[in-house]
Amino acid sequence: MDLIADIIIVLLVTAGIVFTIVTVIGILRLPDVYTRAHAASKSATLGVMSLLLGVFLHFWWNEGHFSIQLLLGIAFLFITSPIGGHLMTRAAYMSGVEPTKLTIGDDLKEAVIEHRKESNKNTPDDK
Amino acid sequence: MIIFYSVCLVLVILSMLGLLYRVWKGPSVPDRLVALDAIGVMLISAIALFSILFDTPFFIDAILLIAIMSFIGTVSFSKFIERGEIIERGSDR
Repeated sequence: MDLIADIIIVLLVTAGIVFTIVTVIGILRLPDVYTRAHAASKSATLGVMSLLLGVFLHFWWNEGHFSIQLLLGIAFLFITSPIGGHLMTRAAYMSGVEPTKLTIGDDLKEAVIEHRKESNKNTPDDK
Repeated sequence: MIIFYSVCLVLVILSMLGLLYRVWKGPSVPDRLVALDAIGVMLISAIALFSILFDTPFFIDAILLIAIMSFIGTVSFSKFIERGEIIERGSDR
């Protein structure tokens, strides 16, 4: 039983480390900020969730300590990390960072131009 | 098992150093923001591995605090990049 627990914990922690290293390779090598945010927000979240699950099972099965804080941390990361990724990419687009040359379509551009036109029409004396 | 967790901790810290290179080099400000957010996530992994290595569950409270602080920092930084101010006075969004 102890051996099976250790095998499961080692597999989960190894999966977490592999996803962490994939995140770093993606952030260092991808061409622009949108692809880097794509690499960072998804694989970093899965990696840290898998690693925290391994640590939780280690403290539960080997030490006999059922840690509510770790479960809360896993749930919090699962909720907030996609929100953070979305906010960062939106801030990058609104502040005018150019996408890479390899980008094929940009549908948000027309929507942003339309929205700016409408908001200027509604409040013409706004700065 | 101690050797395995130590190797994992060294790999996580090397990953944080690689992200620091992106923070230093990054061509635009949102690049640095993305790398800083990922550094916060990897700090959580490092603290979890430290709590296994030191064999104490007391470090685990710090994980939740760092997750909340990192999320608040990301949100306020991206609002600052997008609008130039963090706390808005006016009622029009």
